[in-house]
Amino acid sequence: MSVQTLLYIGGRLVKGAAVLLVIAIFNFFLIRMAPGDPAQVLAGEAGATDAIFLQQLREQFGLDQPLYYQLWIYVSNLMQFDMGITYRQQMPVFDLIMDRMPATLLLTGAAFLLSLLLGILAGVVAAAKHRKWADSAITVAALIFYATPLFWLAMMAALFFSVYLEWLPSFGMQTVGQDLTGWQKVTDIALHLILPASTLGLFFTAVYARMMRTSMIETSRLDFVKTAKAKGMKPSRVTTHHILRNALLPVVTLAGLQAGQLIGGAVLTETVFAWPGIGRLMFEALFQRDYNLLLGVFFVSSAMVVIFNLITDVIYCVVDPRIELSK
Amino acid sequence: MNVIKSLTQNKVAMVGFGILFMFVVIALFGPYLYDGSPWRMVQRPFLPPFQNSNYILGTDTLGRDVLAGLIYGARISLLVGLVSTTIALLIGIPLGAYAGYYGGWVDEVLMRFTEIFQTVPSFALAVVLVAIFEPSVYSITGAIAIVSWPPVARLVRGEFLSLRSQEYVLAAKLNGQTNRNIIMREILPNSLSPIIVLASLMVASAILLESSLSFLGLGDPEIMSWGYMIGAAKTVIRQAWWLSFIPGIAIAITVLSLNLLGEGLNEALNPKLSGKRES
Repeated sequence: MSVQTLLYIGGRLVKGAAVLLVIAIFNFFLIRMAPGDPAQVLAGEAGATDAIFLQQLREQFGLDQPLYYQLWIYVSNLMQFDMGITYRQQMPVFDLIMDRMPATLLLTGAAFLLSLLLGILAGVVAAAKHRKWADSAITVAALIFYATPLFWLAMMAALFFSVYLEWLPSFGMQTVGQDLTGWQKVTDIALHLILPASTLGLFFTAVYARMMRTSMIETSRLDFVKTAKAKGMKPSRVTTHHILRNALLPVVTLAGLQAGQLIGGAVLTETVFAWPGIGRLMFEALFQRDYNLLLGVFFVSSAMVVIFNLITDVIYCVVDPRIELSK
Repeated sequence: MNVIKSLTQNKVAMVGFGILFMFVVIALFGPYLYDGSPWRMVQRPFLPPFQNSNYILGTDTLGRDVLAGLIYGARISLLVGLVSTTIALLIGIPLGAYAGYYGGWVDEVLMRFTEIFQTVPSFALAVVLVAIFEPSVYSITGAIAIVSWPPVARLVRGEFLSLRSQEYVLAAKLNGQTNRNIIMREILPNSLSPIIVLASLMVASAILLESSLSFLGLGDPEIMSWGYMIGAAKTVIRQAWWLSFIPGIAIAITVLSLNLLGEGLNEALNPKLSGKRES
């Protein structure tokens, strides 16, 4: 790697850290805007906490100190992954979120890959059959899934595939009461994953299919494609070797940038399917009016997006050196 | 008037417009024409649709009229969609205009600020904002506006960047027109068409966002909305699937009609860009 590349990655790291710092400060002020006194908000329970615990919190977060000092304590605690304790679960907020993290990573990762693959495939087919029925069918399907509320689609999928057909489980991540091990456990989780991942992925499949279709059609009008055709190359080879390769990059770039939206969608999908991830945790925090936990999940999910964007940036920088030069 | 002509010739866009118009009429006059409160218990609970001619779409878990709920829900969906988009435009257009027109450090600062909002997962931010400021029409509309302005700012900045060195802008500068005048009277009117297209799509996504928020229980407790109806029927989906099915269809049709209209507008306003004309 060149010095330039390292500098670029370093710059991205600084930028990511700056974004997280701003979000941390934002969170600090939001805690003070939440109903109830900040100590109670931090305790995660409005009204029903015992006085000694509240006093401890006041001291820990310096709530009797000036505001700038409180901010300093809050941010430096956050940098050490200390987000306080949820009173109800008697557990550090950060540990609770990390407990739930693998489930969310599995769900969003599966949904992302699924939607990217399906979306690209559908987009390529639609563009290749431009203005034929396959194109119209894919375009119409994409329009419909694009307009359907994600949570509703999830409920209808659960109703159809789980309640009516009884094919797939629609609750939780593993079958309750069975201590499965090895491959049986993997299969069990995979079966539970199908419905949440595909409903979460469908919306994004629609988005990527539309982008891919446009990108393919635009690329196919460029001069080098005409040259390839004029040389007498087979149309299928022109599509795969010339158009597809060049149409792919803008779509993958946009997909990477939009990956953060998956986290938002995960809140809804996990709520419907009782998937034990941080989205479900966010819903539980809402339900229990645990604002500190809510903001903790918000911070960690923002951090996930920042990290993900960083990884895509670095991958691009390595794969396609032109990107680095153009910035 | 070319735009209107090309829009009226676009069948798909007109279907979208027709459906949307119907929902607007329902939202405006429905509550006066259809006698019934969405909150009052009128019949036995779980009355299936098409069984009682007085309550065509049946009743919910508490025996409330589903059709009345739909009619009042159309109101809040369209209202929140329109108002939040207007606010998002009022934030995004000036930000983008200043960034694109002045460039340099102004652009740098404003775009860094926009980037932060683009990085944060927008739905999670909306959930946090509504929860902290307590669910109400105001907090919901505000939260949706706050998470949806960044694309506007980016779009307007791009337009201003490419238009600011056009000859008519330079002429206006030589004329001694103020920057404010140039921004408002010269450049903005020329960048309106992509903004209009984006705005119609934003109303659609705002409606989806509103329904998602009320589905999670973050709706205004005083107002019946489609998302709330689905959320309330979630636990009884095995007994009464239609209770969650019907409002979902209403949301999907409204959003679809807005998207169709948006695409039609796009083709009518930017015939070169949409790429559908040739080939």
